[in-house]
Amino acid sequence: MVDISNDDIGEINRLKLWEMMLKLRLVEKKAYDLFLQNLIKGTSHLALGQEAIAGAFGVALQEGDYTFCTYRGHAHTLARGSSIEGVLGELMGRQCGLMKGKGGSMHLTDVDKGVMGSYAIIGAHLTIANGTALASKYNKTKEVSVCFFGDGTTNIGAFHEALNMAKIWDLPIVFVCENNLYMEYTAISDVTAVEHPAADRASAYSLEKIIVDGNDADEMFRTAQAAIQKAREGNGPSLIEAKTYRHSGHSRADPGKYRPDEEVKDWLENKDPITNYRKRLLDYNIDEKVISDIENKIKQEVEEATEISKSSPIPDTKEIFTDVWADGGYEWHN
Amino acid sequence: MAQLTYRESVSLAIAQAMRKDPKVFFIGEDVGAAGGVFKATVGLLEEFGKDRVMDAPISEQAILGAAMGAAMTGLRPIAEIMFSDFLAVCWDIVANQIAKTRYMSDGQITIPLVIRTANGGGSKFGAQHSQSLENWSMMIPGLKVVAPSSPADVLGLMNTAVNDPDPVIFYEHKSLYASKQELDNTDLSIPFGQANILHEGSDITIIGLALMAQRSKKAAEILKEKHDINAKVLDLRTLVPLDLQTIKKSINETGFAMTVEENPRLCGWGAEISSLITEHCFSNLKGPVTRITTPHVPLPSADILEDNTIPSVDLIVNEVIKKIKGE
Ligand SMILES: Cc1ncc(C[n+]2csc(CCOP(=O)(O)OP(=O)(O)O)c2C)c(N)n1
Ligand SMILES: [Mg+2]
Repeated sequence: MVDISNDDIGEINRLKLWEMMLKLRLVEKKAYDLFLQNLIKGTSHLALGQEAIAGAFGVALQEGDYTFCTYRGHAHTLARGSSIEGVLGELMGRQCGLMKGKGGSMHLTDVDKGVMGSYAIIGAHLTIANGTALASKYNKTKEVSVCFFGDGTTNIGAFHEALNMAKIWDLPIVFVCENNLYMEYTAISDVTAVEHPAADRASAYSLEKIIVDGNDADEMFRTAQAAIQKAREGNGPSLIEAKTYRHSGHSRADPGKYRPDEEVKDWLENKDPITNYRKRLLDYNIDEKVISDIENKIKQEVEEATEISKSSPIPDTKEIFTDVWADGGYEWHN
Repeated sequence: MAQLTYRESVSLAIAQAMRKDPKVFFIGEDVGAAGGVFKATVGLLEEFGKDRVMDAPISEQAILGAAMGAAMTGLRPIAEIMFSDFLAVCWDIVANQIAKTRYMSDGQITIPLVIRTANGGGSKFGAQHSQSLENWSMMIPGLKVVAPSSPADVLGLMNTAVNDPDPVIFYEHKSLYASKQELDNTDLSIPFGQANILHEGSDITIIGLALMAQRSKKAAEILKEKHDINAKVLDLRTLVPLDLQTIKKSINETGFAMTVEENPRLCGWGAEISSLITEHCFSNLKGPVTRITTPHVPLPSADILEDNTIPSVDLIVNEVIKKIKGE
C-alpha cells in the first residue's frame, strides 16, 4: 500500500502521467492495427510497455526543452505534445504527417514542440543532443536537452564520445538509456561487458550511477525531475538507466521468439506500467470515474486522429524535390 | 596591400566571421591553444576566448554531432576535422545526419555549419593522411562542397560558407597552406557556384580544383610559352553547387576538355563533369573528354612514389600536347 500522507507527486501530476501513458499506449496500438490493415508501410518500432519513460519526461519537461529519440520514437514525440494525426499521418505517408511523409516512422520531428528528431543510426543522436545543450550553454539560456536511447546503444563509440564531451563541458543534458534487456534480437547481457549497460559505464565519465524502475511512472517522474533540474541549474549532465521491457518484437517484422515465454509473461502480466499505475491511482483514492473518463477521452482522441489521418491526402510528388537546401529546392548546378 | 599565405587566410577568414557574428564559434582538436596542427588557426583562442574557440577531445563524431546540434538551434559553428581522411570515422554524422536531416524533417531543421578539413597530398604522409576526398561528399545530396586554391578564395569562400544556411564541407589543401598572395582587401565574398578562370585560352579547357587547378595554371603557362598552345583553365572552387554554365560556355568555345583530379580514378568528380560535358556540349566537342587522375591506388608515401602518383604539371602539359596535336 502507498503512504498517502506523504505524496510528493500529487494528484495533478499523477493524472497527467496517467493520461500521457494512455495516449502513448493507445496510439501505438492503433499504429499496430493500421499496419495490419496495410495502411502503414515500411518498418516501425513500437514502444509498447515502455510508456512510463517517455511519459514521465513528457510531463516533467518544459516548453522550449529539446528532446532527441530513436526510431522507437512515436511515444517520445507524442510525449512532447505533437498531434496524434501528425504522428499517425506520418506513419501512413499522408500530407497531415509531421514531415509530410518525407521522414517516416523512424524520423519523427516536430521542432515547434522541441522534438529535434528521431534518429535511426545507433548512437548519432547522443552527439547531436550535446549540440543543442552546448547552444543553451553558449547562449546562457535555460533549456535542457534530453536524449533517449536503448541498451544496445551503450556499445557503440558515439555513446562514449558523447558522454565524455557532455561531462568535460558540463552540458545541460540528460541521457536516458531505456534498458529493455535486448538490442535487436540479442540479449544485451550476451554482448556487454558489464551488468548494467549504461549505469556501470557512468563512473568512467565521472557521472553518478543511476538505475531506476522504468516501468514505475512515479519513480521515473522523480528521477526525470531531479536530472532535469540539475541540468537546468547548470550542474551538468546525468545518465539514467531505466529498466523496462518492450511488449512486442523489435520491429514490425519481428515476433520476438528469442525471448523466454516466462520472461515475457512476467513483464506483461506483473510489470506493465499502465496496469500497475491504474492500481496505484486507486490506492491514492482517485475516483475510478476520473480514471476511466480520461481513458475514454484518449480513446476518442485517437479515433478522431485516425480518421483525420486516413482522410488526409497523400503528398504531392513535387515534395520529392523540396527542402534539400534551405532555399527550398534541390538544384546542384546552375 | 598585405601579403597573406593560404594558411593565414584561414585564420583570418574565421576571425572575420567571428567578429561579425557572435553566433559563430569554432571547435576542433588542437585548434585553440596549439593553433591547429597546420597552424591555420593561430591567434583565434587569444582573440575570442575558450567559449568560442573550443579544444575538443579526439572524438570526431562528438565534434560534428555537437556542431550539428548547435547549428540546429541557429548557431553557426565552424568545426575542424584535422585531416579529411578522418571524415571516415564520423561519416555517419556527415552523410546520414548533417546531410539528410533538413530533408527528412521537411525543412523544419536548418543546419548552417561549416566543416573545414585539411585535404590532399604532397606531404608524403602516406595513404591515410593525404587523400583528396571532395568526391565523397559531392555524391551526397545536402552537402555543399568547397575547395579553394588561393588565399583570396579561402577568404571569399569561407565568408560565404559561414553565412550559407546549408552545411558546407570546406576542403583546404595541405600543399597550398604555404602559398602566398598580395591582397588589397581581405573582407572578400565569393559566391558558391562560380568557377574562376585562372588562365585564358581558346585551344582547350582544363578543369581543376584546389592544387590541381594551380598545377593546371602552371601547365597552361608552359603550354603557351613553349608549345604555342592556349589553354583555358577553370578552377571550379565549388563542386556543389557546380558552375555548369561556365563549363559549357568554355567547352563550346574550345572544343577540347580535360579534367585534372587528385583523387583515384573511379567515381572521381571529373567523371561527373565529363558526363555533363558529353550531355551538354557533344556537338561542339572535337574529341573525347580526357580525365587525368591519380591511378586507382592508395597514395604511397616515398617522395618518388607520391610525386609520380599525383598528377604533375609535366603530366598535364604532356597530356594536353597529345590531345591537341593528336599524338
Ligand atoms: C549503427 C547501427 N548499427 C545497427 C543498426 C541496426 N539496429 C537497429 S535497432 C538495433 C538495436 C538497438 O538496440 P537498443 O539500443 O537496445 O534499442 P531498442 O531497439 O531496444 O530500443 C540495431 C542493432 C543501426 N540502426 N545502426
Ligand atoms: Mg534495447
